[in-house]
Amino acid sequence: VTEQAVAQAFRDEWGQVVATLIRVTGDWDLAEECAQDAFAIALERWARDGIPDRPGAWLTTTARNRAIDRLRREAVGAAKLREVAAMSYESGPPYDGGVPSDNGASDDSAVPDDRLRLMFTCCHPALALEARVALTLRTLAGLTTAEIARAFLVAEPTMSKRLARAKQKIKNAAIPYRVPPAHVLPGRTPAVLAVLYLLFNEGYAASAGADLVRRGLSAEAIRLARVLAQLMPDEPEAAGLLALMLLHDARSASRLDDADDLVTLEDQDRSRWDGEKIAEGVALLDEALRRREPGPYQIQAAIAACHATAREAGETDWAQIAGLYSRLSQLTPTPVVALNRAVAVGMAKGPATGLQLVDELAASGVLTGYHLLAATRADLLRRAGRPGEAVEAYGDALQQATTDAERTFLRRRIQELTS
Amino acid sequence: VKYLLLICGDESAEAHANDGCEGWSEEMLSRGVLEGGAGLAPPTDATAVRVRDHEVLLTDGPFAETKEQVGGFCLIDCEDLDEAIEVASKHPAAKYGTIEIRPLLGLPPGTL
Repeated sequence: VTEQAVAQAFRDEWGQVVATLIRVTGDWDLAEECAQDAFAIALERWARDGIPDRPGAWLTTTARNRAIDRLRREAVGAAKLREVAAMSYESGPPYDGGVPSDNGASDDSAVPDDRLRLMFTCCHPALALEARVALTLRTLAGLTTAEIARAFLVAEPTMSKRLARAKQKIKNAAIPYRVPPAHVLPGRTPAVLAVLYLLFNEGYAASAGADLVRRGLSAEAIRLARVLAQLMPDEPEAAGLLALMLLHDARSASRLDDADDLVTLEDQDRSRWDGEKIAEGVALLDEALRRREPGPYQIQAAIAACHATAREAGETDWAQIAGLYSRLSQLTPTPVVALNRAVAVGMAKGPATGLQLVDELAASGVLTGYHLLAATRADLLRRAGRPGEAVEAYGDALQQATTDAERTFLRRRIQELTS
Repeated sequence: VKYLLLICGDESAEAHANDGCEGWSEEMLSRGVLEGGAGLAPPTDATAVRVRDHEVLLTDGPFAETKEQVGGFCLIDCEDLDEAIEVASKHPAAKYGTIEIRPLLGLPPGTL
């Protein structure tokens, strides 16, 4: 029971404990080590004394006390020690040389935004993208260096170096530990959202056979997006991102068949979709859209909601999806968005119209060699009743595909059309 | 925190050598951010010096032959990297070249 409680507290509180300790000590490594110590002490103490009413406050205080012990041993100046001992929650218990004996005497609600500071610092654009991702997983989600290395298929020493270098740059280049001021915030928020969405997609794209750590990235991303949406109630894109993740995640059980092969949205068993997640995603999205500040994540979530709320594939509101893609391509004019729009238009107005858009895209040359361009063309040709040309296009896609699951899917289509 | 801004550009940047800073220096001086700096003569005027086995070795030209070369530098003192980024992005050379922000190693107080 204690172990379960500590594991739960680890998921819920790790980021907050580390974030607060970084703020008061200014030392990322010390913060992580002391947070780790606090959870180890909790295993022992909670078994003996029971689980505290407010595990987060208990853990933060314990970690802070460990930090004071360590700083004392390193003979850090008295001023710094006083600063750490005072921390910022006024009603906190005075340092008593050990761990807190009373349950939740300190108040951690006075510093609700430490995790937000940590998110913005981890995702600072002056850090390389891969460093932002690794730092976020280590400090906010509490994954070990070994786990992060495994999730991104790199050697542990490589990941360890990557993390150390990023922390060193934060320190030496004086990357500030704060939520950016209002005039910089709009430019910096997308960087945070992008890291969380990347994490989600890494996990989502992993096949069922992939490493559990890798698959777990989606759940971590959802957890962090939930925190972000809570901490940034005035940023509808944060809620939009959470909604988007939930609406995708709701369908994850039906994405692959028993043989681990991809199942298209059209052919998925919709009874296996997670209704609770869909309802939460839709509710979050509706509330975000009410602010009338649409952004790329809200629009993508709206598209996902169109799919998730259609009771069967035939009921999908493709006209609305096509409209949403048009809007999305105004905000983020990328060829991939244009391709998705062509698919939606093809479904709404007939394959011939879709093909026209795809051929225009193909002629522009920007997506040359991209397997989904050929696969999309093939699908539209198939729907248009031109099987010969479809087989040819599926063949092109097969040559360009990057994963086994995709190749298997494309071969199956060719077989269906030629048999 | 002190940072060195290395103002870099390719050959085409030489056309801007005598442009001046369009008021950037004045603004940063009055803000108390700018501590010094200068534009540099072209890399063709550079001499690289190495001492190996007590022998002074000289080569004509910059120490590394790259497309982009340092054309000037400024020493600034900022609150943090965000301020340094804001200061660097306002420099007119950022529009045609690249500005590298390098934090100085921590030195004992009063050294600089």
